[in-house]
Amino acid sequence: MASITFREVEGSSLKYWLLFGALGLFVLFGALAWNHMHHYGHVVTGMDNQIVWGLPHVFAVFLIVAASGALNVASIASVFNKPMYKPLAPLSAILALALLAGGLLVLVLDLGRSDRLIVAMTNFNLKSMFTWNVFLYSGFFVLVGIYLWTMLDRSVKSWTKTAGTAAFLWRLILTTGTGSLFGFLISRELYGTGLLAPMFIIMSFAYGLAIYLMVLAAAYAWTGRPLGDAVMLRLKTLLAVFVAAVLYFVAVHHGTNLYFTKAHAVEAFILRDGGAITSLFWVGQILIGCVLPLVILLTALGRQRSWLMIACALVILGGIAQMYVTIIGAQAYPLDMFPGFKASSSFFDGEVHPYSPSTPELFLGLGGVAVALLMTTFAVKVLRLLPVSLDDATVAKLEQH
Amino acid sequence: MNELKTMSEQVPQSAERRRFVGAAAAVAGLTVVPGVMLYEVANARPEDQPASSAVRWGMLVDATRCASGCSDCVSACSTENGWTPVAQSEHPRQAPQWIRKLQLEDPLTQAQINLPMLCQHCAEPPCVDVCPTGASFKRADGIVLVNRHTCIGCRYCMMACPYKARSLVHEPLNDTQKPDVPRGMGCVEACTFCVQKVDRGDGTTACAEACAAAGHNAILFGDLNDPESEISKRLRELPTKQVRADLKLNLGVRYHGI
Repeated sequence: MASITFREVEGSSLKYWLLFGALGLFVLFGALAWNHMHHYGHVVTGMDNQIVWGLPHVFAVFLIVAASGALNVASIASVFNKPMYKPLAPLSAILALALLAGGLLVLVLDLGRSDRLIVAMTNFNLKSMFTWNVFLYSGFFVLVGIYLWTMLDRSVKSWTKTAGTAAFLWRLILTTGTGSLFGFLISRELYGTGLLAPMFIIMSFAYGLAIYLMVLAAAYAWTGRPLGDAVMLRLKTLLAVFVAAVLYFVAVHHGTNLYFTKAHAVEAFILRDGGAITSLFWVGQILIGCVLPLVILLTALGRQRSWLMIACALVILGGIAQMYVTIIGAQAYPLDMFPGFKASSSFFDGEVHPYSPSTPELFLGLGGVAVALLMTTFAVKVLRLLPVSLDDATVAKLEQH
Repeated sequence: MNELKTMSEQVPQSAERRRFVGAAAAVAGLTVVPGVMLYEVANARPEDQPASSAVRWGMLVDATRCASGCSDCVSACSTENGWTPVAQSEHPRQAPQWIRKLQLEDPLTQAQINLPMLCQHCAEPPCVDVCPTGASFKRADGIVLVNRHTCIGCRYCMMACPYKARSLVHEPLNDTQKPDVPRGMGCVEACTFCVQKVDRGDGTTACAEACAAAGHNAILFGDLNDPESEISKRLRELPTKQVRADLKLNLGVRYHGI
């Protein structure tokens, strides 16, 4: 097999430290936002007793879902034996770890009692999907960590496939768990379906790959290393398949609901009458997140690097919109406790619940993104994660073997 | 239809007398027939004994008696448990509400129904299922509570509750807190069936007392497991429903007239 040389990025240029500093600044903003929320309570957020999970959850769940998807490139290499993907695998693994860390950080810092994290780690209710997720996240860190080790240390290289397969299976279970956080909720019409688990898996494929492609292109452009079109075009096709699959799952989910009369009202809210939620669904999730990327990826536009990057950015933005609609939209629609009756109360029963995210919430969420990117930026400097060259000739040699 | 009895008719008048009777029965019961004792003095459980599954606390709400515009049950709950009434809160959307008056209207007939909505104290509570730390729990006597020491404020229970019965404490608490009703910023809370009163042996809740005092008698609290209790007798007579009965959660609160 053709050998690939991995090398740390030098990370001494002004550009590197500017990137490092800018990301660090957002981490700092995130920390300040948390401190503000923790000191004054959730009263300083846009969340209330109607919209109980807000923008931090949108970011956290997006990052966690994307984390498992970012591992996909590595899985294709190790589990499905595609040699072309092997040089791409270490970055894929580190990105998966970093995104998960960023997402989890947002999740735990948004707790009403984030100071009680130790309680969450020592008291378990095994019937709770949240508890299962605690184990799934911890296991993911361990398994992907071991997997990364087998890729970086020649003495344990023979274990790469085993570790990669374990990490791959684990990530499928993990995203099943993330989707089931919502799928196992009986009280809201838009949740309570097993469909959410596979839907979250396919969403993770799309988001994770889009983030991976942008990080890969940025890393190679900013370090002046060659990155050929062969790699990018292969991943481009894969991204198109994933985005189309997301669209399919969304269509099936809403199509099923539209068939059930009892879900007509909530579907009308999301698809037609929901104001900002409806706009986010059609413009954000469907147009920006699915249709436009598909047009770019499936036409000649997608063969141009800059358009490919635009498609990736659109998939990411559309993904955040999709999370917003999934998490906030389902809460904004009132619970239907007395079907057939119009309800009203001092507790806002029977009304659509408004939600305006506050600045601290936004910066807490962005802080999680910054933590993930900062970890990745630091990791490529201290670990040999990136091949010196990914030009077409190098990749072609891999393919021949 | 028979009048529901007021709570004052159902329970002994004096707290001291209740405690004396309870303690005497406990001593007698422990020495003679412990099992029977637990059952018979369930209304005055000694503090060193755990709640018993021989009892299941429940509530019957007669919506046909619940008066439009009356919110005495809500005020009484707020006073008893120390939460600020929503009208006095600076942040009404974020203010906790343990109990609320719900107005229902049939769009076709314009028929109106009033009822208090509160934690339904499910036998199969979704909030307990989803709680990651086990802070949400159901006591042996059917009361669903939140352990203030282990609630991490994740709000998953609020996502799971089909009755919107739970609130997060969004801001620092003022000095209206009651010594026997622990609360805390960042924790989730809900109706406790006035567990402090139940454990004192009052045998009723603040909302039921207030409703009786207002002369409506729309709320009846008692032991669903005791076939001779007032609530069990009334439940045998009146047709009642559980809210979202399709979820099969086996609720501790039953409604008549919905």
